[in-house]
Amino acid sequence: MSNSWVEACAAGDVEEEDVIRFDHGGRTFAIYRSPDDEYFATDGLCTHEQVHLADGLVMDEIIECPKHNGRFNYKTGEAKGAPVCVNLKIYPVKVEAGKVFVQLS
Amino acid sequence: MLIIGAGECGARAALALRDGGYDGPVTLVGHEPHLPYERPPLSKDAMVSETEPGPKLVCEQQVFADRRIDCVTGARAISIDRATRSVALADGRTLTYDKLLLATGAMPRQLSLPGADGSRCAYLRTHDDALRIRGAVKPGSHIAILGGGFIGLEIAASARKRGADVTVIEALPRILTRGVPEEIARIIDARHRDEGVTLACGKGVSALRETTSTIEAALSDGSSVAADLLIIGIGAVPVTDLAQKAGLAIENGIAVDDRLRTSDPDIYAAGDCCSFPLAIYGGRRVRLECWRNAQDQGALAARNLLGAGDSTTAVPWFWSDQYDLTLQIAGLPDEGKRAVRRDLSESAFILFHLANDGRLVAASGIAQGNAVAKDIRLAEMLIARGAKPDPAALAQPQVKLKSLLAA
Repeated sequence: MSNSWVEACAAGDVEEEDVIRFDHGGRTFAIYRSPDDEYFATDGLCTHEQVHLADGLVMDEIIECPKHNGRFNYKTGEAKGAPVCVNLKIYPVKVEAGKVFVQLS
Repeated sequence: MLIIGAGECGARAALALRDGGYDGPVTLVGHEPHLPYERPPLSKDAMVSETEPGPKLVCEQQVFADRRIDCVTGARAISIDRATRSVALADGRTLTYDKLLLATGAMPRQLSLPGADGSRCAYLRTHDDALRIRGAVKPGSHIAILGGGFIGLEIAASARKRGADVTVIEALPRILTRGVPEEIARIIDARHRDEGVTLACGKGVSALRETTSTIEAALSDGSSVAADLLIIGIGAVPVTDLAQKAGLAIENGIAVDDRLRTSDPDIYAAGDCCSFPLAIYGGRRVRLECWRNAQDQGALAARNLLGAGDSTTAVPWFWSDQYDLTLQIAGLPDEGKRAVRRDLSESAFILFHLANDGRLVAASGIAQGNAVAKDIRLAEMLIARGAKPDPAALAQPQVKLKSLLAA
C-alpha cells in the first residue's frame, strides 16, 4: 500500500497551465498540468502557512501561493524565494487511459 | 551595511544582501526584544489560537547566524551622524556604515483624547501588543474597537471567534473608506453584523472615562459604549524621527526616489516608513503599509545598496482575512473612474477599476477563502503592463484573464 498508485482525476479535469486540488486518505495534494501538457503532483498546502496551493496561479513551471505569493517550481518542489524557504514535497505521476495517477508515499 | 528596523522589511533586506552576493558585514538593529517576525498573524491567528503563540519568525536565529547577519535586538537607534557615517544607539553604542537602510516602519496613530494612554486602552503593532489584547479578549468580555479599518475589523472578527462581545466605532459613515470600494465594504459590514458585532458608523469618540472595571467612550451622538478594553485602530504613522533629525527629506514618510534612495545617496529607506513615486500611476507619491510592499522594497533596497540601480515597478497588493472572507486588492482603486464587475460564484466577485483611457488600474475582490486570488494576481500583471482590456471580457467569468494577458 505504501507506494501505491492512486487515481487522482481525469486528465481533462486540469486545464493546461493550471492546478486542481486532490484529497486522499486525509491528506491534500495539488495536481498540475504544465503548458507542454505534462502532469505533476505536490503536497497541497504551502510550506509557509498551510494554504491550499490549488487556489494559486500557475505560470509556466511555477505555482504561486494564493495568499502570500510564495513560489515553488511544481516540477521539482523547489522553493523560489520569500516568504517560502521550505521545499514542497513532490510525487511521481503517470497518465494512463485518460486518467492521472499519483504515487503516494 | 547597516539596517535600522528589524521588521519584515529590514529582515528581507538583510537576507537579500546575502542573496545578492554581498560578503561584508551586515547588521540589523531592532528595538523589539524579538527576532524579526511576521506581523499579519497578530490580528488573526495570534488572537484566536488555543495557546499563547510565540512570534512567527521570518526565519530562525540559525539562518541569520549561517548567513552572518548580526541581529541586534532590543536596541533603539537615536541618531544618525551623516558626516561620520555612524548611528548612535540608546545603550551608548555607535555603529558605523558604508550604506544605511532605514526600515523603521510605522506606529499606530495615537488618539489625542485625555485618557487614551490609560491601562484600558490598547493599540496593536507588536507581538507584545497582541498578547496583551489577547489576554483581554475572552468569552463574555466586552471589547470596543475604535476604527473600522483593517486592523480594527480583523481584531473584531478574531474577538468574536473567541466569544467576546464586540462594538466597532467608526467616525466615517461606513467602514473601510480608505482604499476599499463601497460594494465590497458592504459585504464585510453585513458579515460583521451577522456575526454579532455592533457597528456604530458615523460616530466619533468625544471623551473617555475609565472606572475601576471598565472604560467608557462617549460618542458624538450622545450615546456611550462601555467596555473592558478599548482597542484603538485609527491608522498608522511612519516612523521618521531618526531621518528627520538627520536632515533627510520627509514627505508623508521618508521621501525616497524610485530606487528607494533618500536625499542622502548613502542612505536608503524602504517599507512602511517611506513614500515613493509609483511609476504605474505617473509617479504619484504613495506610502504603503502592507506586508508584501515591506518584502518587495526590502529586497529592492538590498539590490540597490549593492549598486543595481533598479526602479520600483511593483503594483500595490494586499489582503485582509475576516471570518472565512478574504479580500484582495491589487493597485489603488481610487485611480479608477469606473468599475466592471465579474461574478466568479455566488460568494465571490471582482471589481476591475478602469481609468478614463481604459487602462486597468486596480482590481478588488472578495470571496470565501482564496477564490479570487488567481484572477487578482493576473489582474496585477495586467495593471503592471498598463493593459487596456476589453471591459466586456473582464465582466465575463468564462473569459480567462490569462488569455487577456497573452493579448
